[in-house]
Amino acid sequence: MANVIDDATMEYVGILAKLELSDEEREAAKKDMGRMLDYIDLLNELDTSGVEPMSHVLPARNVFREDVVTNGDGREAALLNAPERKEDMFVVPKTFE
Amino acid sequence: MSILDYAAAELSRKIKEGKHTAIEAMEAVFERIGEKEEEYRCYITADRESALIRAAVVQRKIEAGELCGPLAGVPVAVKDNLCTKGVPTSCASRILANFVPPYSATAVENLEKAGAVMIGKTNMDEFAMGSTTETSFYGVTKNPVDPGRVPGGSSGGSAAAVALAECFMALGSDTGGSIRQPASYCGVVGLKPTYGMVSRYGLVAYASSLDQIGPITKNVEDAAYLLEAVASYDEKDSTSAPDAERDFAEALTEDVKGMRIGIPRDYFGEGLDAEVRKVVLAAAETLRAAGAFVEEFDLGMVKYAVPAYYTIATAEASSNLERFDGIKYGYRTGDFEGLHNMYKKTRSEGFGEEVKRRIMLGSFVLSSGYYDAFYLKALRTKALIKKAFDEAFAEFDLILGPVAPSTAPKLGESLSDPLKMYLGDIYTIAVNLAGLPGISVPCGKDKNGLPIGMQLIGDCFAEKKLIRAAYTYEKRKAGADAWAKIMRRS
Repeated sequence: MANVIDDATMEYVGILAKLELSDEEREAAKKDMGRMLDYIDLLNELDTSGVEPMSHVLPARNVFREDVVTNGDGREAALLNAPERKEDMFVVPKTFE
Repeated sequence: MSILDYAAAELSRKIKEGKHTAIEAMEAVFERIGEKEEEYRCYITADRESALIRAAVVQRKIEAGELCGPLAGVPVAVKDNLCTKGVPTSCASRILANFVPPYSATAVENLEKAGAVMIGKTNMDEFAMGSTTETSFYGVTKNPVDPGRVPGGSSGGSAAAVALAECFMALGSDTGGSIRQPASYCGVVGLKPTYGMVSRYGLVAYASSLDQIGPITKNVEDAAYLLEAVASYDEKDSTSAPDAERDFAEALTEDVKGMRIGIPRDYFGEGLDAEVRKVVLAAAETLRAAGAFVEEFDLGMVKYAVPAYYTIATAEASSNLERFDGIKYGYRTGDFEGLHNMYKKTRSEGFGEEVKRRIMLGSFVLSSGYYDAFYLKALRTKALIKKAFDEAFAEFDLILGPVAPSTAPKLGESLSDPLKMYLGDIYTIAVNLAGLPGISVPCGKDKNGLPIGMQLIGDCFAEKKLIRAAYTYEKRKAGADAWAKIMRRS
């Protein structure tokens, strides 16, 4: 296997992805990811020098419009999905000490 | 004949003629759901009472002459990654288990305007990540032909519901084959439109540059009508195509004379099941006999589509799924210490295995130090794949091939080897990377009686050619099948 994912890389990916894995899950993920990256290495057979990376297949433009409110007051509808609410607010854990 | 035997447009005609009502159709659907759901699990949410109220409202409007479109009164199933106002939308994930959207997707609003009546929300792979509908938090959907097998995915609930007559038509979404492949495995029609044809507003994003909503139906006629109903330019989706032709029903004519159809040799090589190959090539002969010009060619780039896709799609997924953090909606872990621990525990408990696998791979290929080697390399590969299709469409009107390398696998076989499962997407995935429309049409069965689909691929915005060829094939095949039946009897 050409791509060996070590514990430090896995730790870093966990921070980026905001995921916490059990020891068992982490070992499986290391193996899976290494295997997928080996497979993705197939792309290195291709000479892509001078090829522009293509994000969108169709011409994508910025779409501008006037900033006009059209949806009215959706406060109560939005708060109905809150995991925890207090009056008209979302309750969240302390964000700074 | 039961009311459930009607195709969607046929049912709507009967309702408008006064021979049936939208309420009767909905009642029949729920009776069927009652018989089949315990075993097949096509739906995550289906509430009889509210569906019957919706049907009654539509029936009144039909009688008053306010609704007269080709799908008025027809019960429709909607994949559970499309937001539906007031109706739970879970994406088959624990993390959205209690989410009730305060708005509807544009495609869902368009369905309502057309007078279609929503039955409920169909099962799928969690966040549309999978090819089998086995990664759903709400249980596995079974294949309608053989319940020991998968229905395909990720729109497996929608495809199975159409095949089992638990609905008359359904909406799915397709990021790498998620409409076409389950349609093929279940023996129904599935159409993935050109990127930008149907608004993605209200579709919970998996890979935004590849996702498209499309119809899953009993026949090609219904697919054309359903696509025409949901497709629209929408200012709420900045990638929505403003000037596309969207009058698909006009293409429902039996005529492929002079149409140039290319068969990529590299779609019929190693890895393709012999029975699938035989049946799909026979379908090409049917189109040739109908007057099409059919020729083999080399498409190229085929083996690079799957690795490019899994780089781009997982990268976009890792970014799109950042929003599920337990703050404003969805699941929040019960026990945590501080904000970051809450994020991590919420996401780790809320997402399933396959979703976590893809978020991690996507986070990795986007991370500094690996971005150029993996992510940008994949975007350059995408440009080359697009170029290969551009060259093909300079020669041909349509490309014809299989949908999947085999018929439906047994339950549990795919998830143990994800890479093998990903390789099953080899014929569908490039279509998404190049933004093209593709349709899966049933063309036969293997020795176990499992359905096989033929895939037709068109150039961007060439849906009408695609529909015309698919419609012609379907009619010719029905004629030939009927004749073969008579010959067997005599």
